Amino acid sequence: MGVKSIGVDAGSTVVKIVGIDDFGKIALYRMEQADPQIEIQVDRMMDEIKQEYNFKDIPIVATGYGSELIKNAAKRVTEITCHARGAFEYFKKGGTLLDIGGQDSKVIVIAQNGHIVDFIMNDKCAAGTGRFLETSAWRLKIPMEKMGEIALSSDKETPISSTCAVFAESEVISRLAHGEKLEDVIRGLHRSLVKRIAAMVYAIGFTPPLMLSGGVVLNRAIRIMIEEEMGTKALLPEHPQLMGAYGAAFEGLDSA
Amino acid sequence: MSVAQSLNYHIKFKLFGSQIVKWQANRAYRNFKEPKNRKSDILASPLKIGVKTKELITKHYLEGRYVNGVRPVAWVTSGAPVEILKALGFYILYPENHAALCGARRATLDISSEAENRGYSVDICSYARTDIGTMLSGKTPVGKLPKPDILLACTNICQTVLFWYRVLAKHYNVPLIVIDTPFLYDNAEPHQVEYVKNQLENSIETAERVAKKSLDFAKLKNVVKLSKEAAALWLEIMERGKNIPAPISVFDQFIHMALVVEKRGDAETVDFYAKMLAEIDERIEKGIGAVVNEKKRLLWDNLPIWHKLRFLSEFLAEHGVSVVASTYTNAWGELAPMIDVNNPIESLAKTYIHPILNRSAEYKLQVMEKMIDEYKLDGAILHSDRSCKPYSMGQVDERNRLVTQASKPALLLEADHSDPRSYADEQVKNRLNAFLEMLGV
Ligand code: SF4
Repeated sequence: MGVKSIGVDAGSTVVKIVGIDDFGKIALYRMEQADPQIEIQVDRMMDEIKQEYNFKDIPIVATGYGSELIKNAAKRVTEITCHARGAFEYFKKGGTLLDIGGQDSKVIVIAQNGHIVDFIMNDKCAAGTGRFLETSAWRLKIPMEKMGEIALSSDKETPISSTCAVFAESEVISRLAHGEKLEDVIRGLHRSLVKRIAAMVYAIGFTPPLMLSGGVVLNRAIRIMIEEEMGTKALLPEHPQLMGAYGAAFEGLDSA
Repeated sequence: MSVAQSLNYHIKFKLFGSQIVKWQANRAYRNFKEPKNRKSDILASPLKIGVKTKELITKHYLEGRYVNGVRPVAWVTSGAPVEILKALGFYILYPENHAALCGARRATLDISSEAENRGYSVDICSYARTDIGTMLSGKTPVGKLPKPDILLACTNICQTVLFWYRVLAKHYNVPLIVIDTPFLYDNAEPHQVEYVKNQLENSIETAERVAKKSLDFAKLKNVVKLSKEAAALWLEIMERGKNIPAPISVFDQFIHMALVVEKRGDAETVDFYAKMLAEIDERIEKGIGAVVNEKKRLLWDNLPIWHKLRFLSEFLAEHGVSVVASTYTNAWGELAPMIDVNNPIESLAKTYIHPILNRSAEYKLQVMEKMIDEYKLDGAILHSDRSCKPYSMGQVDERNRLVTQASKPALLLEADHSDPRSYADEQVKNRLNAFLEMLGV
């Protein structure tokens, strides 16, 4: 099936590329850890894709922190617009999109016609982003992908009161030193992150349904706890990390 | 007054310095040339009156260099009832304006570290840190600041000033007058006005003692009259922003407001604003907008980001966005009608209780909603200022209400009015871009 448009989300941790077909379905995707030289990286990824799918001139729309560096993009659109577009095209409805990435998080309220009603971002501080879990995981030498399952294996939660990633890390160490169980402490750590994120959603005003995206929601504990915290079921796309690139690809269709 | 000080003042300031500055400014005004590096495709030429703004500010700081021992010197907070001191002949220095100037000249980091290194927390307002840094090190981009003979702190803007001025009082060992203004949830009650009026009356004796002369009420009335006139003209200038396209933006206002703050009560300030108004009316007649291709009009809440004025104004203008009204610049004009020249002390008391920072978040929201309506605005940028807690508190709710009640997109922009460490270019650009996409420009 033909690729109609390409979206590149050059995020601060992962580069994502999505191609969509005539029906707006994902025809191809690629994900790689972001290199410091993102421009060269994206060029290489695109060359590989072009060879494999055998196409030449289709629009490329870039988003994300590195978007300025993607020189052959037809246009650049912010992550807010792309994520909203992606969520709207995927779920075919409005609502509140909560995107939790490795280094930032955002909440976007999307109207029933797909327009952005309001948004809020946190990209100034690790609190409320994947980095919050990462610093403690790194310190405890636990692989990130195991964090969620460890949290879920606990039946008691050790409260971690710090929302600051640096303070939380020392709080975790001190709780463990006081004999608390690892899984309980990690569950508490997840809770702290989720509470902080829920506060962002409430701050902007929650319009159901809740939609999730971003790499961090691959963590099952996070998903379950967000639903608990918000008291509602959340919609989850098949590839939560690709929402921005997916939306960017749709933005390309407009200009084509 | 020593003879040497007096000679220095008269020769270096009166005879030469101020005359040279004036002569240069007059020449630049007559042969006004547009700056070479200006982006004429997106922004109108800067106002010619800017030459005069620069002249008056330069002269003010120049006088400050030589004024000690010649005129008594007062350091005052921006919202202080300064008219009594003016009538007594004090030279008035506004540390907040000086700190803003340090911000615009990107000197804040260097100067405020002088205070931070002596233990003043980075969580204190950057104006206070800058001022205390200057006090401790003498560093300033204007050459030299005069030492105060008296300090006047009015709590109508924040409580920070209370503690900050106590530090100054101890360091310089000079009297400190504190005018305490009760916080208003609504309009001031008569007993609240009375309370402030009593403090003003009681302060006169201390001020007279330092000035070594008695207060002449005729002079006071004249200063009050000039204050009122300047503030009223300033209000009129801002209201010209209702024109479409708006002849001046808030970025222009941020620069030209300096005089209504630090030289209100002077005759030349009134002349200045009259000239400025005439120039703006000329622009309106010719259909000139501050932003060449005005597509959207916005509101600005809170202090400016002094070190990013140019960047922000150009960035927004590139997208055809003109920021035409602000609660901050408005604060220096909105109270003009309250001043009653025939009843100076009582009306000063009343006026100085009512600044926006001394009033409830609800009131601020009403001001914003009114501006959105009257200036036909498409949205708002609320600068959440790390330094200025009283201004920033309540902004999350205010922003939400603008979105839900007034149905206007509104953006909270986190920064600091002068500390560059609380500001990140990429994040600000990212947010602004998303906001502009939302506005459809
Ligand atoms: S805290 Fe706000 S009102 Fe107080 S001095 Fe600083 S900027 Fe001014």
